[in-house]
Amino acid sequence: MTFSKGVKDGLPIGLGYFAVSFSFGIAGSKFFSWYLVTLISMTNLTSAGQFAGLQIMADAAGTFIEMAIATFFINLRYSLMAISLSQKVAPNFGTFKRLLLATGITDEIYALAVSQKSPVTARYFAGLMVLPYIGWSSGTMAGAICGEILPAVVTNALGVALYGMFVAIVVPQMKASRSTLVAVVIAIACSFAFKFVPALSHVTVGFAIIICALVASLLGAAFFPLKDAPEQQKGEA
Amino acid sequence: MNLRDYFVFLMVMAGVTYLLRAVPFVLLKGKIKSRFWRSFLAYVPYTVLAAMTVPAIFYSTDSMLSGILALAAAIIASLRGFGLVGVAVVACCTVLCIDGLWPMLF
Repeated sequence: MTFSKGVKDGLPIGLGYFAVSFSFGIAGSKFFSWYLVTLISMTNLTSAGQFAGLQIMADAAGTFIEMAIATFFINLRYSLMAISLSQKVAPNFGTFKRLLLATGITDEIYALAVSQKSPVTARYFAGLMVLPYIGWSSGTMAGAICGEILPAVVTNALGVALYGMFVAIVVPQMKASRSTLVAVVIAIACSFAFKFVPALSHVTVGFAIIICALVASLLGAAFFPLKDAPEQQKGEA
Repeated sequence: MNLRDYFVFLMVMAGVTYLLRAVPFVLLKGKIKSRFWRSFLAYVPYTVLAAMTVPAIFYSTDSMLSGILALAAAIIASLRGFGLVGVAVVACCTVLCIDGLWPMLF
């Protein structure tokens, strides 16, 4: 659980982030100069939230309140992840370190950190953040500066890079543990319902994700409680 | 948009995002004892990512066909042991083939 192991483990996330944030840079360069777009990525480090935020900033009628509410609901899942991660960190991961490193709680960094067998130390988590942060920021900058040179066919294809990374995190766990498989299928079914059931289609995307995750995880916990503590789940599965 | 508005938007977005991450992370110091809530938290990462991916991936590209095939290709690549970047590359290449080459052929 050293800093350098964290840096090494963070490499694939950093590479993936470069591709995803490249498409954010392209989208942002339509409204702002490249350094202002890059600054959004450097201060937020969030995918869906930034894309939504950019739309609100670009909309002439967008308000600060709307920005606060949209950001809150789209990124509320990070609070769930922060709670979950707090159960997995080493005892000496103190308040100051937590304040400093909280920005690193992203979908992928968090998922990789909690899937470690041993408790997560502050050094390891800091190392894990380094390359994703650099990848996310530099990818945005590269996209904003030279994105318009690339043909639309390529930028269209880059759009699924983020989802590809999600699949790479979820599928191995589904294969290893039947109860995770069931929970994931419930979450997907719920997600389809929000998309296609007319009565539910007015719910915002961020809110829908939270409800789906809550319902699926609660059902999972009720019907398939884990035999061991979460830190042993990987070994058991 | 003027620069002042940009910075207020930026501060609102970054501030809300940071607080959502930092507040629960700092407040929860002890271990949760309940087996139910520990199980719940263990499922959260996977259910969140699954709900974010499906069906959104079907609508993220120029055609629904490329989105569906990208997901299928990513799942197969992942089952075959590809890592984070490998799976992402497979998904991107699938979209490139379907949306890029298909219209040229037909």
